[in-house]
Amino acid sequence: MNDLVQPPAVSPGPPARGPTSVVADRTGPSPGRALARQNGRMAADRSQAPSRLDPADLYAVDSLLSEEERLIQGTVRDWVRRRFLPGVAGHFAAGTFPGELIPELASLGLLGMHLQGYGCAGSSALAYGVACEELEAGDSGLRSFVSVQGSLCMFPIRRFGSEEQRQRWLPEMAAGRVVGCFGLTEADAGSDPAAMRTRARRAGGDWIVSGSKMWISNGSIADLAVVWAQTDDGVRGFLVERGMPGFSARDVEGKLSLRASVTSELVLDEVRLPQASVLPEAHGLRAPLGCLDEARFGISWGVLGAARACYQAALEYAAGRHAFGRPIAAFQLTQARLAEMATRLVQGRLVAHRLGVLKDAGLARPVQVSLAKRANTRMALDIAREARAMLGANGITLEYPVARHMANLEAVLTYEGTEEVHTLVLGREVTGLSAFS
Amino acid sequence: MDIAVCVKQIPDPNTPGELDPTTHRLRREGVDAVLDPGDEFGIEAGLALAEAHGGEVRVVSMGPERSVEAIRKALAMGAAGGVLVADPALVGADALTTARVLAAAIRRGPFDLVITSTESTDGYTGVVPQAIAELLGIPAVTFARSVSFDGSTLTVRRQTENGTETVEAGLPCVLSVTAGVNAPRYPSLRGIMAARSKPLDRLSLNDLDVQLGEVDQEIVRVEPAPQRKGGEVVADDGTGAQRILELLRQAKVI
Ligand SMILES: Cc1cc2nc3c(=O)[nH]c(=O)nc-3n(C[C@H](O)[C@H](O)[C@H](O)COP(=O)(O)OP(=O)(O)OC[C@H]3O[C@@H](n4cnc5c(N)ncnc54)[C@H](O)[C@@H]3O)c2cc1C
Ligand SMILES: Cc1cc2nc3c(=O)[nH]c(=O)nc-3n(C[C@H](O)[C@H](O)[C@H](O)COP(=O)(O)OP(=O)(O)OC[C@H]3O[C@@H](n4cnc5c(N)ncnc54)[C@H](O)[C@@H]3O)c2cc1C
Repeated sequence: MNDLVQPPAVSPGPPARGPTSVVADRTGPSPGRALARQNGRMAADRSQAPSRLDPADLYAVDSLLSEEERLIQGTVRDWVRRRFLPGVAGHFAAGTFPGELIPELASLGLLGMHLQGYGCAGSSALAYGVACEELEAGDSGLRSFVSVQGSLCMFPIRRFGSEEQRQRWLPEMAAGRVVGCFGLTEADAGSDPAAMRTRARRAGGDWIVSGSKMWISNGSIADLAVVWAQTDDGVRGFLVERGMPGFSARDVEGKLSLRASVTSELVLDEVRLPQASVLPEAHGLRAPLGCLDEARFGISWGVLGAARACYQAALEYAAGRHAFGRPIAAFQLTQARLAEMATRLVQGRLVAHRLGVLKDAGLARPVQVSLAKRANTRMALDIAREARAMLGANGITLEYPVARHMANLEAVLTYEGTEEVHTLVLGREVTGLSAFS
Repeated sequence: MDIAVCVKQIPDPNTPGELDPTTHRLRREGVDAVLDPGDEFGIEAGLALAEAHGGEVRVVSMGPERSVEAIRKALAMGAAGGVLVADPALVGADALTTARVLAAAIRRGPFDLVITSTESTDGYTGVVPQAIAELLGIPAVTFARSVSFDGSTLTVRRQTENGTETVEAGLPCVLSVTAGVNAPRYPSLRGIMAARSKPLDRLSLNDLDVQLGEVDQEIVRVEPAPQRKGGEVVADDGTGAQRILELLRQAKVI
C-alpha cells in the first residue's frame, strides 16, 4: 500500500497535513518504492455513488453544489488549512488578526466576491456562502474580516455609493489595499440602533460628524470607515478616512471571544467631511440594516464551518481517546452526543443551502435570513459546547480548535442581531405582532 | 511557447487508501477525487514559463469522466485549455498504455514542451514521463528541482540519488518536476469562474492515433510495504561525533 497516504490524524492539534506536505516528502527519486506501490493503481472507477457517507455531511448536501462551487470550497479549505490554521492559535492567544494574510485573501478573490464589477469577482450567493463556511472552519475572526470588508463596507458602497465612490474604493478594497470597517453600534445603542447619538450636521457645503462607535470590527486597522449618523433627514452613511482630523480608533481590550479579530471604538470629534463623503443613495436605517442582512447571510453559512470543525475534532478525539478500557466513542452517551451533532449539522446545512438558492433567485427575505442566522448560530454554539465537553481537559486548551470556536461563537451569537432580536423578528413575522418595545 | 502539462486525478491522498482484495485495485468509491497535488507543480511550472515567455498551457489527462474536475482546477489556475481522454476500454490501463494515450493526445496539438510530475501520488510507477518522451521521440529531462529558460535553452537542476546536477536541454522535450520546484498558485475566484468558458475537449480512443498493445502489466500479489527500521540512537560516550560522521558518510551526505 502507498505509505504516503496518511490516515487522518487522531489529534487535530497541528492542522491536518495538506497535500503539499504529503508530496513534499518525496522530492527525490524512489525506484525502490515503486513495486510496493503499484498495487495502488488502476482501480476501476466503478461507482460514483459513495458507499461511505461523509460523517460531517450525512445528507450529501455538498453534492447540491455546482462543480464551480466545489472548486471554490476546495480552494478556500486548502488555503485555510495551509496558510491560516498553523498560526491561528498564536493570534488568538495574542489577540491579533493575521493582517499579513490580507493580500492572499485578496488574490484568492474573496474580498467583495459576490459583488459585480469594480474588481470584484461577481460570484453567486451560494459561492459566497461556501467560502464563508470554509473561512469560519478556520476561525470566526477570519470570516468576520471577510464579512466586514465585503458585506458591510464594499456592499454599501456598491449599493448606495456614487459612481466616483465606487471607482475610488471598490477596486482597492477588492485588492486588499484598503481595509474597511462598519460603524453602526454605539456603547448605548446596540440592538436598537435608532437610539444612536452620533450626529452629522451641515456646515456650508461640508458635514461635521461627532460621536463614537463601539464594538467595531477591523476598526483600528481600517483605512476607511462606513459610519452611520443621525442627520436632520434621518440616518445617513458617511465614508470617513483614516487620519482625518478628529477621527481616531482604539482597540477594545480584554475580549475573551473573537480574539483573532480586531474590535475597536471609533471616536469622531467634529470630523469635517466633504459632501462627496456621503453615500448618496442611503436614506434611513434601512440602509445599514440591509448591509447587515448581507453579512448575516454569510454568518448563516460561516457557523457551519465552525460547527463542522468542532464536530470533526470531537469525532476524531472520541475514536482515539480510551477510558475504562474502551474508546470513548463506544459509549452510548458519547454516541448520543455525536448523533445529535451530526443531525443538527445536516439541518443547518440544508437551511443554509436553501437560503442560498433563494438568495440567488432574488427571493430571500430578511426574516428568512434571520431564521438561518439564529438557528445555525445556536446549532454551532451547542455543538461547540458539546464537543468541548467531549474533549475533557484537552477541550479547554488552544491545542484543539474547539474552545476557540466555542468562545468565538458567543460573539457571533450577539453580533449582527442578537439571538433574542432574531427571535422577535421571527415572532413578528408569524404573529403579525411586534414585541420589540 | 506551447506547453502541454499532464495532470492526473487521484483519490484524495488525505483519506486512507484501501485495496480491493480480489482486483488488487484501489477502492475509489466514497473517496473524494482530487487533482494530484504533485501535478500542481507541473501546472505552476508551465504557467510561469508561459507568462514569462509567451504562449499557452494546455492540460492533458487520461482517466474516468470525473477527471474533468481536475482539468477544471488546472484551467482555474490559468491553463488555456484541456483535453480529457476517457474511454471505458482504458479502465485498468497500465503505465505504458497511459503513456501511449497521453503521447497521442499531446501530438494532436502543437507543443514545445511537455511537463509532468516525476511520479503520481497514487500509482507511483514514475515511468510515464520517460515513456511519453520515447514515444514522441524527444528527450526527457527528469526530476527537476528548478527550471529556467532563456528563450531557447532550458536549464534544469535535477535531483539525483547523490545530490543535484544541472543540465541543459533544447526544445521540444519532456520535463518532469519534483514537488517543491515552485509554489503552486491557488486558483482565484475569477480564475474559477473563467474556467467555465475555456475549451475542454473530451476524446475517446477513436479520436486518437494510438496502437494499444497487449496488457503488459498484471498485479499478481499485494503485500504491505516493509516497516522501516527504527533509527539508531547515538549515545555520546566521547566517540559520538565520530559515529555520526561515519553515518553521514554512509548516507553519502558528506
Ligand atoms: C477509466 C480509467 C480508470 C483509471 N483508474 C485508475 C486507477 O484506479 N488508479 C490509477 O492509478 N490510475 C487509473 N487510471 C489512469 C492510469 O491507469 C494511470 O494513470 C497510469 O497507469 C499511470 O501510472 P502512474 O500513475 O504510476 O504514473 P507515473 O509514471 O507515476 O506518473 C508520472 C506523471 O505522469 C503524468 N501522468 C500519469 N498518469 C497520467 C494520466 N492518467 N493522465 C495524465 N497524466 C498522467 C502525471 O503528471 C504524473 O505525475 C485510470 C484511467 C482510466 C482511463
Ligand atoms: C466581537 C464583536 C464585533 C462587532 N462588530 C461590529 C461592527 O463591526 N460594527 C457594528 O456596528 N457593530 C458591531 N458589533 C456590535 C453588535 O452588533 C452589538 O453588540 C449587538 O447588536 C448587540 O448590541 P449590544 O451589545 O448593545 O446589546 P444590547 O442591545 O444592549 O442587548 C443586551 C441583551 O438584551 C437583549 N435585548 C435587547 N433588546 C431586547 C428586546 N427588545 N427583547 C428582548 N431582549 C432584548 C439582547 O438580545 C441581549 O441579550 C460587534 C460586536 C461584537 C461582540
